[in-house]
Amino acid sequence: MPADSLFRALGPADKSVLIEFEGAFLSVPAGISLAAALLLSGVTHTRESAVNGRPGAPYCMMGVCFECLVEVDGQANCQACLLPVRAGMRVRRQRGARDVRVGDHGEEGADE
Amino acid sequence: MQKPDVIIVGGGLVGMSIAYGLALLGRQVSVLDEGDDAFRAARGNFGLLWVQGKGYGMSPYAQWTRESVALWPRLEASLQADTGIDVHLRQSGGFQLCLTDDEMAEESRRLLWLREALAGDYPFELLDSAQLRARLPGVGPSVVGGCYSPMDGHVNPLKLLRALYAACRMRGVKIINGHRVSVIGQFASGFELQAGEQRWYAGQIVLAAGLGNRQLGAQLGMDVPVHPNRGQILVTERLKPFLHYPTTYVRQTDEGTVQLGDSHESLGFDDGTSSAVMADIARRAVQCFPQLDQVRLVRAWGALRVLSADGFPIYEASQACPGAFVVSCHSGVTLAAIHALRLAPWIAGEFDDPAVLPFSLQRFSQKKEVCHAG
Repeated sequence: MPADSLFRALGPADKSVLIEFEGAFLSVPAGISLAAALLLSGVTHTRESAVNGRPGAPYCMMGVCFECLVEVDGQANCQACLLPVRAGMRVRRQRGARDVRVGDHGEEGADE
Repeated sequence: MQKPDVIIVGGGLVGMSIAYGLALLGRQVSVLDEGDDAFRAARGNFGLLWVQGKGYGMSPYAQWTRESVALWPRLEASLQADTGIDVHLRQSGGFQLCLTDDEMAEESRRLLWLREALAGDYPFELLDSAQLRARLPGVGPSVVGGCYSPMDGHVNPLKLLRALYAACRMRGVKIINGHRVSVIGQFASGFELQAGEQRWYAGQIVLAAGLGNRQLGAQLGMDVPVHPNRGQILVTERLKPFLHYPTTYVRQTDEGTVQLGDSHESLGFDDGTSSAVMADIARRAVQCFPQLDQVRLVRAWGALRVLSADGFPIYEASQACPGAFVVSCHSGVTLAAIHALRLAPWIAGEFDDPAVLPFSLQRFSQKKEVCHAG
């Protein structure tokens, strides 16, 4: 059941940076966490659960619940609430579990 | 207040398995469990259903363990039918990876002893490094070999505990949390258990309090030689399935995380973690499966195994206090099925079970301690 976000910035940002989320550019306040930046930008769906596929979004904002997992610059399963935003960050939804290839043909650490 | 037939002290996997088995027989059962400050092996374990290597030096334990994994599908089906919870039982067989030639030789020696002790009925394969890699893709080059046994498997231990709680409640077991039993009294009509100001009465009691059994057993004149042995576990981020068999050091769970573990420390009742041991566990896991090098860890914990003086289970029907039973073991997952479906009927007096006799406390007064963690 979608609802209007209750997430609001305390005040105008002194400085903004540009990040990319699922191919769209977002201008967000510098110095805040990636999770806060996504919520401020109206993003309500940042991952799909590895267990049941359900969509999720940042929840605890303190590194505990793992609801805010995203892929950042190709690195899977990053906790967006623990990462400060950085100009040029390329962020994608974390869709399910990370793929780590095994065996002789695998590309180690490849995420997609 | 209605007096139950049996009170079980301890709401871990051991106590709840027995409670479930007794409830299946129609007994009125209450379970007294401590608070969240208890040492809870049931919530910190690795989830293996492990047979290979167990019972070295004591073949009845090897036989008992095998029978438990044979009964496991029945327990799983019963829990599923009662609760709808899938505990994710997978009896695919399991691998013990060996990192040195000495380790490989030692494992082989134990398995060959067990095969002979069980008159040849003890399936396993010894694999060199090439054979192992063919069977288990992704194994690292420094692994010298391994042992595979089709007897092994794994389960989601937290779902198992949850299913046992739900199934017991559904069958009328009264679960009373937040009480640490401190005093046990024996009367002609049964037993009185005391925790703080509260008292409970039952004709039969089962001590399944893990490390607490030493102190509780002493009150009934029984010397229960159990001691803590700490294991630390690391848990990774969720990965797509890559490891389709359990191994003793690395196990991928049904929900994608990978557990790394199998450390052994004797540090009394300290159930914390230490960076040196966590580093060793991580290093060994990366040796086993080098692709884990790139994987993130998200959690770590320590938990205390409940080890008896010889490493084997204790099943005691007190002679001095008829109606009092002691159950201690460190394989509450593997043995859950036999505890529910065979030990519980024995406790209920449904039948004599000669298979239980080798596990009585008597053995500790007969021989010296054998150091083996099974």
